[in-house]
Amino acid sequence: MQRFSAWSLLKQAFGSHGGWQPQWRRATPKPAYDAIVVGGGGHGLGTAYYLAAEHGLRNIALLEKSWIGGGNTGRNTTILRSNYLFDESARLYDHSLKMWRDLSQVLNYNVMYSPRGVLMLAHSVHDVQVLKRHIHANRCNGVDNEWLSPAEAKAFCPPLNIERNIRYPVMGGALQRRGGTARHDAVAWGYARAADALGVDIIENCEVTGIRRDAGGAIQGVETSLGYIASRKVGVVAAGNSSVVMGMAGVRLPLESFPLQALVSEPVKPVMPCVVMSNSIHAYVSQSDKGELVIGAGTDAYTSYTQRGALHVNMHTLAAICELFPAFRRMRMLRNWGGIVDVSPDRSPIIAKTAVPGLYVNCGWGTGGFKATPGSAHLFAWTMAHDEPHPINAPFTIERFREGLLIDEAAAAAVAH
Amino acid sequence: MSECRGKGGVLINRNLVVNFSFDGRSYSGFAGDTLASALLANGVHLLGRSFKYHRPRGLLAAGSEEPNALVTVVRGNEARSVPNLRATQVEIYAGLVAHSQNRWPSLGFDVGAVNDWLSPLFPAGFYYKTFMWPRFAWHRWYEPRIRAAAGLGRAPGGPDPDSYAQCYAHCDVLVVGAGAGGIAAALAAAGSGARVILCDENGALGGSLLDERANSQGGSDAAIWLRTALTQLAALPNLTLLPRTTAFGYFPHNMLGLCERITDHLATPAAGVPRERLWQVRAREVVLATGAIERPLVFPGNDRPGVMLASAARTYLHRYGVRVGSRVVVLAGCDAAYGVALDLHAGGIGIEAIADVRTGAHLVAPAAIAAARAEKIRVVERATVLGTSGRLRVNSVSLGVVAADGSVSNAGTLPCDALLMSGGFTPSVHLHSQSRGQLQWQADAGVFVPAAAAENERSVGAARGLEGLQQALEDGTQAGLTAAKACGLTPHAYSARIAVQEYSTRGAPGALAQPGARTPAKAFVDWQNDVTTRDLQLAMREGFYSIEHIKRYTTTGMATDQGKTSGLNALAIIAGSSARQVPEVGLTTFRMPYTPVSFGILAGYDRGDQFDPVRRTPMHACAENLGAVFEDVGMWKRAWYFPQRGEDMHQAVARECRAVRTGCGMFDASTLGKIEVVGPGAVEFMNRLYVNSWNGLAVGRSRYGVLLRDDGFVYDDGVVARLADERFHVTTTTGGAARVLGMMEDYRQTEWTDLKVWLTSTTEQWAVIAVQGPRAREVIAPLIEGCDLSAAALPHMAVARGTICGAPMLLFRVSFTGELGFEINVPADYGAAIWEAVRAAGQKYDIVPYGTEAMHVLRAEKGYIIVGQETDGTCTPDDVGLSWAIGKSKPDFVGKRSLSRPAMLASGRKQLVGLLTADPHVLLDEGAQVTATAGQVAPMKLIGHVTSSYRSEALGRSIALAMVVDGRARQGQTLYVPMPGGDLPVQVTAPVFYDPQGARLNG
Repeated sequence: MQRFSAWSLLKQAFGSHGGWQPQWRRATPKPAYDAIVVGGGGHGLGTAYYLAAEHGLRNIALLEKSWIGGGNTGRNTTILRSNYLFDESARLYDHSLKMWRDLSQVLNYNVMYSPRGVLMLAHSVHDVQVLKRHIHANRCNGVDNEWLSPAEAKAFCPPLNIERNIRYPVMGGALQRRGGTARHDAVAWGYARAADALGVDIIENCEVTGIRRDAGGAIQGVETSLGYIASRKVGVVAAGNSSVVMGMAGVRLPLESFPLQALVSEPVKPVMPCVVMSNSIHAYVSQSDKGELVIGAGTDAYTSYTQRGALHVNMHTLAAICELFPAFRRMRMLRNWGGIVDVSPDRSPIIAKTAVPGLYVNCGWGTGGFKATPGSAHLFAWTMAHDEPHPINAPFTIERFREGLLIDEAAAAAVAH
Repeated sequence: MSECRGKGGVLINRNLVVNFSFDGRSYSGFAGDTLASALLANGVHLLGRSFKYHRPRGLLAAGSEEPNALVTVVRGNEARSVPNLRATQVEIYAGLVAHSQNRWPSLGFDVGAVNDWLSPLFPAGFYYKTFMWPRFAWHRWYEPRIRAAAGLGRAPGGPDPDSYAQCYAHCDVLVVGAGAGGIAAALAAAGSGARVILCDENGALGGSLLDERANSQGGSDAAIWLRTALTQLAALPNLTLLPRTTAFGYFPHNMLGLCERITDHLATPAAGVPRERLWQVRAREVVLATGAIERPLVFPGNDRPGVMLASAARTYLHRYGVRVGSRVVVLAGCDAAYGVALDLHAGGIGIEAIADVRTGAHLVAPAAIAAARAEKIRVVERATVLGTSGRLRVNSVSLGVVAADGSVSNAGTLPCDALLMSGGFTPSVHLHSQSRGQLQWQADAGVFVPAAAAENERSVGAARGLEGLQQALEDGTQAGLTAAKACGLTPHAYSARIAVQEYSTRGAPGALAQPGARTPAKAFVDWQNDVTTRDLQLAMREGFYSIEHIKRYTTTGMATDQGKTSGLNALAIIAGSSARQVPEVGLTTFRMPYTPVSFGILAGYDRGDQFDPVRRTPMHACAENLGAVFEDVGMWKRAWYFPQRGEDMHQAVARECRAVRTGCGMFDASTLGKIEVVGPGAVEFMNRLYVNSWNGLAVGRSRYGVLLRDDGFVYDDGVVARLADERFHVTTTTGGAARVLGMMEDYRQTEWTDLKVWLTSTTEQWAVIAVQGPRAREVIAPLIEGCDLSAAALPHMAVARGTICGAPMLLFRVSFTGELGFEINVPADYGAAIWEAVRAAGQKYDIVPYGTEAMHVLRAEKGYIIVGQETDGTCTPDDVGLSWAIGKSKPDFVGKRSLSRPAMLASGRKQLVGLLTADPHVLLDEGAQVTATAGQVAPMKLIGHVTSSYRSEALGRSIALAMVVDGRARQGQTLYVPMPGGDLPVQVTAPVFYDPQGARLNG
């Protein structure tokens, strides 16, 4: 792998940058692999990388029906945090957040991890109770999260409106200082480049159309738009299309796919120093390095596979943003887009073996998968390599929905009384 | 005004001089000018700095596609500033204040331009390759500096004082774009009787009809036609004309979003007039007459101020009478550039030469060349551009000539003060594509044109690759008639004709030929984001193959113009460099908005008090008069506590609690959700929905009901009364009212269509006054008629009808405090009067109004749960001690099957318990965690959490409710609540702290 550094950049500058190599090869499929990862988003690319880097597999293919990093990896609002309520979730997301810290160096690719702080706002007595429960649980789990009064929140995020005369005044907030943002495309490309350097074949424009199983039911390989590819180990990481791919192996997933929208403003000079989220009035916002305000809207009410959503969803979100940041009312939306999120009944992911020998699945990340990319990929690779889950992802089975062992993070947002 | 202002200019009014300022200097223009045309008229060509290299930039275009000339307009103060406006779209008014952006200390001398010198270090994607050492440095050192350098203008400096409006509209035909095609379509459709909306992003309607050269009579055929057409349009009652209105988004089922700019062009907007208005238009048929955008040419040094699109120069001349230069070189990538050169020539502008950059002989129309030569304009054929010079404005261009074998030879340098270019025109297919309509590559024109539509929509004229005004008129007319017919109307014949000289707008996208593989000067593809041909080639060298990857890696097309001028050139260059055809490279997705749209119109009226409706109970004013402090619960304002003089919240709540336990308190319970479930299927409906059995509930009795989700977890609760055989009065939690009704309707309409049952929300029909305490009966008895209040006649959980102070009443004998209690339901309009009557009657018993906080304390003393506080969506009825409520003999209810799942029955579930701190004065934090052993360090083994914690006046100590793993079996044990200051020991108790036998309920 051609090393990236300030020095290599300088050296190439003298050669008009003519000496740079492809970051990953445009591979064509071989007849058979030791392991196949289906889905070239961040989680899938990372899985292929860790299979090669940590588990010694070399003969690995990653199949992507379109271009890598083009699904939710390239469509999210890049927020990182780990202040989840339940012990299982806190362990999972904190495993990931710790990996973000060193990811640029590990991959030799600047993923721009920026721990600028994630501030979650409370607007009612009930919100305060919920966020304080998070803070207590996080502290006991070794996850940083602290309570800020409205004045402290304002000091941390100066454009925030803490006036008492707004409809839902800010009653305080929970701040995770290690939370922040990262550059989403760089994560996909960084993993692709590092995986490719370890021999992983990254095969774009290769859609899985069927899954072949032997007489005993075990995985034999996958049918694709580029022909049949054999492998006894197949890991499916297909986000919104996970149900479709797993259906080819006869596995039904408890997922619903919804369009989720986001938007950016025109770029302006730095004005938002951190990430601000408000669950109860539905707004989250940060500012990208380029200067755009990056704003997440909600999911549409109806399931769909179309990567666009309804206008009123954005309107609702921007109304909330303008209440919290009234100076942004004259800012302008530059671009809006949608992605398809795979939502599980308890809003927690599935990272698991399946009843089909050799078939593994990593899905159900809903609206919050980006932050988990390194941890999810790391644990899924472990699960595929060992044919058993790592202790951190052991609770995230498919069977939990049948057994009732839910990890219900939606519960965190409970109900008003 | 300078010599830059010539004759003509159909949009300006020379009698109205308008003074404005740019970067602190005063200028004057005419009414009708844009900021761009007025600055050009003053000889100002330097308007901005580029995003990355801070290169000096002037106007590239004259319309909304402008990538360079972005300015901040400040109206009065910083709160009314708007960054990143295109100078080409800013209409000047007296006193307009505009600033350039992204430069320091000044536009002419910008320190940031050092980036240009260092640009070899900053190719596409350089930031992915460096800034990684040491590992903390990205966030602490590099990122803050990169952020400070990035961004364009500054965000507004304060809360926006202006208002924004929103409206909905329905029409038969929506026509987007009021150029030749759009106006013809609107006239044809409206003339056939269709209700038509015609919108255009510009203040002046007419599109390229405004760009025709005036004839000897001082007008053009096009202008004459336009004048007549606009008069006709204005006279049509069934046509709504929306200038300054951009159709920015195309949504499913022919819904389009329109942004109307109402006051930004006015010097002194009238008070109260909204700044902008959002139109959400649902149209039966849509005609897209969005025109085409001229493509720049890609050659070294193509970004100097003074290098401009040819059509822009023509627009500045004909619409504003502004000359973009006095020595002009025209680079012709299509015939239309000749038309521009001839127009400018006729307008008295010196044309140094036309350099025709086309190398395929079949592309060149001999007639155009002949026309130019007839005017003695020098034409250089098979030309290319080797470079340009001029720091803040172009002053020369070096031409080359391309031989048949592709080699390039130097053809000398021409002095010039404006360099005009035309690479051909790209149809504006944005809206068609947003609607999920398909696109088709038209190889001979080098453009994508609309193919199959996904909606009832059609593109006309230049927007679908047709050339010339006459074709646009005919196409628009046909589309208008077709749309009217599709709406079920009889098309009314209409035809239009204009005679003008037309030149082809077909060119070939891509970069101009260069002598070597690499040249030192930058050839820009995306002006604003500083993306050059070399950046695109670097991305391909680094293995980025998909157009989506190349776009993201180089940021081409991602600036505020969203690739309007750069998109097709980038595609062609990528195709050429990777031996692919343009369609193989593909297109990136067109996304809304077409041009940026302010947050304000999307937020609209939802601001301040109207951000969310405020729900107030009928007794709200009574509580206000009593000095209540309110809390937000959902949309409701609820009285939280009633402080008397000098009391803090704790003291007020203690007093309120004391009153209820010893005398009498009154409480506004009107916010509880109320749903009437009525019909022959009502009992069965309730049986299927709630865990309880309802068969045995007698009329006139009520029961505490529990509702689960299908996953078996508690969703809502409330008292349900049977008012008649087939009529239930169901109460829900305050926050759950809408959700529960939604769930009921979902089941009624989709699962249990066999049941005859009707659901009605009655939450706001009833005012509810809870009167609670040992003296409650004595307080209300004198007011009530027609209803026996005795314990025998009206026992706990009984319901009766009667009157109170003459008002009809539904009286519940229920208690959420553990005391003798009544809930008086009266029609909402009587609420305030009855409240005051009860309060007056209670004076001799020292009745005290109490708020939600006291209510919480009182119910916690009794171990009554609050759904959403004790429960969190993971609790079964048994977890919170409610398994007694489940109708054991019922065949089914929502959630029943889930309750039999293994994990629901296993040990180790969290259960509701009480906790008492060892020190009675210590109040636990709600949400604090529970451990079995002391002294743990993170990550701890957590076995529970505190759900409610209060100071109990009745017990004279703190109490808490908690959910603890196997909690019921731990009663008497000591557990620990780990706090930052150390563990707090707590004793596990039953969750009922006060009157565990419930004797007081039955008083």
